Amino acid sequence: MKRQTEEDGKNRWLGALAIILAIAFWQFVAEFVIRDSFILPSPVDVLAAFIGLLGDGTLLLDIQASLVHFAIGLGMALLVGIPLGIMMGWNRRLDAFLDPLIELLRPIPPLAWIPFAIIWFGLTASAAGFIIFIGAVFPVIINTYSGFRGVPRVFVEAAKMLGCTKNLHLIRYIAFPAALPSVASGIRIATGVGWMCLVAAELFGVSNYGLGQKLWFFYNLHQMDSVVVYMIILGLIGLAFDMIFRYYVDRYFLRWRTGEVA
Amino acid sequence: MGRLEIRDLNQSFSKDDGSSLVVLEHMTFDVKDEEFVCILGSSGCGKTTLLRLIAGLDLAQAGSIFLDGEEIRGTSPKVGMVFQEYSLFPWRTVIDNIAFGLEMQGVARAERMKTAERYLDLVNLEQFRDSYPSELSGGMRQRVAVARALALDPAILLMDEPFGALDAQTRNMLQKELLDIQDATKKTIIFITHSVDEAVFLSDRIIVLTPRPGRICRTIDLDLPRPRDRTSVEFANIRREVLDLINQNCSIQ
Repeated sequence: MKRQTEEDGKNRWLGALAIILAIAFWQFVAEFVIRDSFILPSPVDVLAAFIGLLGDGTLLLDIQASLVHFAIGLGMALLVGIPLGIMMGWNRRLDAFLDPLIELLRPIPPLAWIPFAIIWFGLTASAAGFIIFIGAVFPVIINTYSGFRGVPRVFVEAAKMLGCTKNLHLIRYIAFPAALPSVASGIRIATGVGWMCLVAAELFGVSNYGLGQKLWFFYNLHQMDSVVVYMIILGLIGLAFDMIFRYYVDRYFLRWRTGEVA
Repeated sequence: MGRLEIRDLNQSFSKDDGSSLVVLEHMTFDVKDEEFVCILGSSGCGKTTLLRLIAGLDLAQAGSIFLDGEEIRGTSPKVGMVFQEYSLFPWRTVIDNIAFGLEMQGVARAERMKTAERYLDLVNLEQFRDSYPSELSGGMRQRVAVARALALDPAILLMDEPFGALDAQTRNMLQKELLDIQDATKKTIIFITHSVDEAVFLSDRIIVLTPRPGRICRTIDLDLPRPRDRTSVEFANIRREVLDLINQNCSIQ
């Protein structure tokens, strides 16, 4: 066991080393080969821009705006997607009723909804949230649905034998926990898709604030060092979402799965 | 109490080509209180169908089943069931699995934990109280399943080839434990198996079914004293007798 952790520690240093080397290489290329901070701003330029943006509060305001957009979109996607997925997974008639409609709407790229988002909601947080909702809701529906479809029959029958017979109880005590790994992976996918939609939605001007919007704004000003700052922040926040899933959700909510599937 | 009367059960499934397949035909027998009955038959003889009808998971097309004089018309906490495949809820710990039925009945937490712990002791798994099913071996999982079914204090316990997936040693050990449990709880048990050895070791009475349509072929009363010794001459004789009966008349293989 101890040896394993020691090795993990060494490997982590290897990863850090790669990042440091990449930054050094980037600095070298930007400073001695390209020598044009419009085409490739160097890490030092980017750091200076970062400090400036952090200092005047722009960056924090944009992070806040983007997180609000994201929370609206993902929150609505969960609020709509999970109950819909549960109902379709549990009731075959409802599934037959709604499935064609969903399959018809699903292939429309979320960004194609941007014109209507602006017409319906104006340049507001809700408009950006709507685009994220469109991107995030389908993975949530589909994973919840397939999780419910995949509940082993023996669990339901065992529960019935133990006096759990009402549909609502079977869903709450049996189907939902059994489907939870699938629901969680749906939310994880939705988080990734939603984050990508967020940038695009803001980039196309659905909102006056936000990381994506500001990235485009600085491009128009030809301040490429600031553009890189926003790119990095977008990446780091996306990474943070994934870390939350990997370390928190899996560890605390899906602990029972350890050892079940390698 | 746990007295079962099965009266003229008939059950058939419709096949894709429109014809129907008779699974059970004129099935009639009684099970006495505290009796251990094994239903022996090859796969496809309708023994699982029979057990599902007694469990109330399926409804009989014709005929009726009475438990202590009351007709079975659906699942009920009076009937406990141990399934062939692993049926423990993997997201619940061992103790929470055992307490599930009591939780559904609205028993307060402290009280249901106390009851569940008593049944945990009964199957000798105290040290696995807070483990998840994925951390248990197959034999332990089935012991927890027995404890979970017993925790509601059913009148009758149904077991559908519960030890079928286990290795021979574990299987023998669990058979012994099951007899101890029956001794302690005085439950009526209906046990499905296709192993003659298992049926002879466990039962007071063996009901042999013939396949397609499932019908009672023979009923064999066993008066061998317990504990039974698999290697004894008497045991071997009865085993041979049952096997001969089956081979000559009941075509189970």
